[in-house]
Amino acid sequence: MENIISVRNLTKQFGAFRAVDNISFDVAQGEIFGFLGANGAGKTTAIRILCGLSRATSGTGSVAGCDIMTQSEDIKRNIGYMCQKFSLYEDLTVLENMELYGGIYGMHRKEILAKAEAMLTELEFWHHRHDLVRSIPAGWRQKLAFTVANLHAPKVIFLDEPTGGVDPLTRRQFWGMIRRAAAAGTTVFVTTHYMDEAALCDRVSIMVDGRIMALDTPEALISKYQVRTMDEVFRTLARNAVRNE
Amino acid sequence: MSVLRTLIIKELRQFRRNPFLPKLVVGFPLAIVLILPWIANMDVKGVSVGIVDADRSDVSRRITSHVEASEYLSLHDLYADYPSALADLEDGHIDAILEIPNGFGHSLHATPKRLSIWANGVNAMKGSLGSQYLMQTVMRALPTESAPTQPSFENSEIVNCQLSIVNCELTSLKLLRSAEPASSLCSRSIATLSIVNYYNPTMDYKHFMIPALMIMLMVMVGGFLPALNLVSEKELGTIEQINVTPVSRLTFTLSKLIPFWVICLLELALCMTLALLVYGLPVAGSVGAIFLAALLFIIIMSSIGVIIANLSDTMQQTMFLMLFVVLSFILLSGLMTPIESMPLWAQHFTRLLPPTYMVDIMRAVYLRGTTVAELSGSYLALAAFALTFATLASFTYRKRG
Repeated sequence: MENIISVRNLTKQFGAFRAVDNISFDVAQGEIFGFLGANGAGKTTAIRILCGLSRATSGTGSVAGCDIMTQSEDIKRNIGYMCQKFSLYEDLTVLENMELYGGIYGMHRKEILAKAEAMLTELEFWHHRHDLVRSIPAGWRQKLAFTVANLHAPKVIFLDEPTGGVDPLTRRQFWGMIRRAAAAGTTVFVTTHYMDEAALCDRVSIMVDGRIMALDTPEALISKYQVRTMDEVFRTLARNAVRNE
Repeated sequence: MSVLRTLIIKELRQFRRNPFLPKLVVGFPLAIVLILPWIANMDVKGVSVGIVDADRSDVSRRITSHVEASEYLSLHDLYADYPSALADLEDGHIDAILEIPNGFGHSLHATPKRLSIWANGVNAMKGSLGSQYLMQTVMRALPTESAPTQPSFENSEIVNCQLSIVNCELTSLKLLRSAEPASSLCSRSIATLSIVNYYNPTMDYKHFMIPALMIMLMVMVGGFLPALNLVSEKELGTIEQINVTPVSRLTFTLSKLIPFWVICLLELALCMTLALLVYGLPVAGSVGAIFLAALLFIIIMSSIGVIIANLSDTMQQTMFLMLFVVLSFILLSGLMTPIESMPLWAQHFTRLLPPTYMVDIMRAVYLRGTTVAELSGSYLALAAFALTFATLASFTYRKRG
């Protein structure tokens, strides 16, 4: 299968601090790629480079066929991004947020409305479309943020800790959404601290101190480190971390 | 749906839902036109005058009655000699003394004797303006046809309570009559000067202040609001979500500015209407000339706001920087105090500040009816500033760290 993300020797240096240290990996189209690592391992920095929010110090790479160093604005046309901090407009309604982001990607009003209706109905949230986002509970907000990031049918969706602070039931529903998106051909690039979620990914990478220490399917990693769960794999690798927040 | 339109609709929705901004935007121009002109008023009224009349002629009585009738002066008492008048000045009963020497009336036909004015300079504004008004009143009282040469003032001096004597500078008059060339005002011998206040015939200080206060409105609404709006997106983190979309930085910046430009121009129109209805102050020049200058000036102010917001990360930083800029603008632009009375280095510096040109244009067009062609220099300066700051505003916005 074709690689939608391809990164070689990516490095990001902040002064003397090397947040991302010479990482290389590929992500195939339609894959759910788990990007794991302890706090401060450099996950968010790497995601921000891939999304064109931050400039890499060195290295090469492409996302959706666009060069990460020179075509960051072209990348943005093809990706959806859900950042760690909830960042929909709280003083706009659900539908208004969707109109805004749909409009930004050049969708027509009718198209936005039809798509919003389909997506919100599936979430059983259509009757809340005129609610202000401010009044919506945390779990719903995350599902809504994912819906908005997926509205313009991007080739890749980047999710930075999308299920932080979300209850187990909503997390399960959220992963249902991720799998449906992947089944429809969207590549999902997701970071998480929940190892039960990592087990749901097609492949995972584990970052320690800015470097990728392991990259394979969850099953392969479990057998390679001769443990029973992803949790143990993670602890085996992260134990050696020097950086600690 | 164009991207810019989408973003502007978003701004308008947020504006409408803001619990505070819509009220502010309506309340501010009302306060600017209805309340502030009465407060920001440097008219000096009720200058209490004591007259030492050693002449006791028709002419001196005429002068006395003119002082009594003056709108700005009030006659406190007549004194037999200077020391008794000075005692009252020291006690604070009177603000100025006019001494008419013996034989003054007679001397008008030949070589006039000199009159003297002393004024209390503790309140410098009242002292200098008061003595100036007194001088004008005396000139008006004198029978013009009878005098081949009119009298000059021997010593018009401002005396403070400690009685140190300071030379009276007449430049303060420029404040009220900026249209007149300064040289004619500074002459000590103002014998041939007949005073007509062009462009602000009733010498109403409110008329002088209203155009300036409209500039304050543009500074506040046009500069502060976009800056705060932009930095609040940074603080909330919503700008991160925008930065990961293909929106160009120019489009995003424009979507922040256009709503405030429109609001600002509407507010200006409201202010101008109120100024006409409440104070009977029409625009002497063309309304289009005012709006052209206003548009350029708003572009400048909002660009400065955006630059500051782009350079700061928090509301606090933005507020502090904006206040610093706005305060410097207000104090240095001639909005409140005449540029001519600043030290020379500061006068040169004011030419580097956009509001200086805006103040020139607003007062000249509003009160004097000057045309765009006559003010082309100031308009070009504003246009150059607008281009520079708008470019910087777009340049300082980074989507990528």
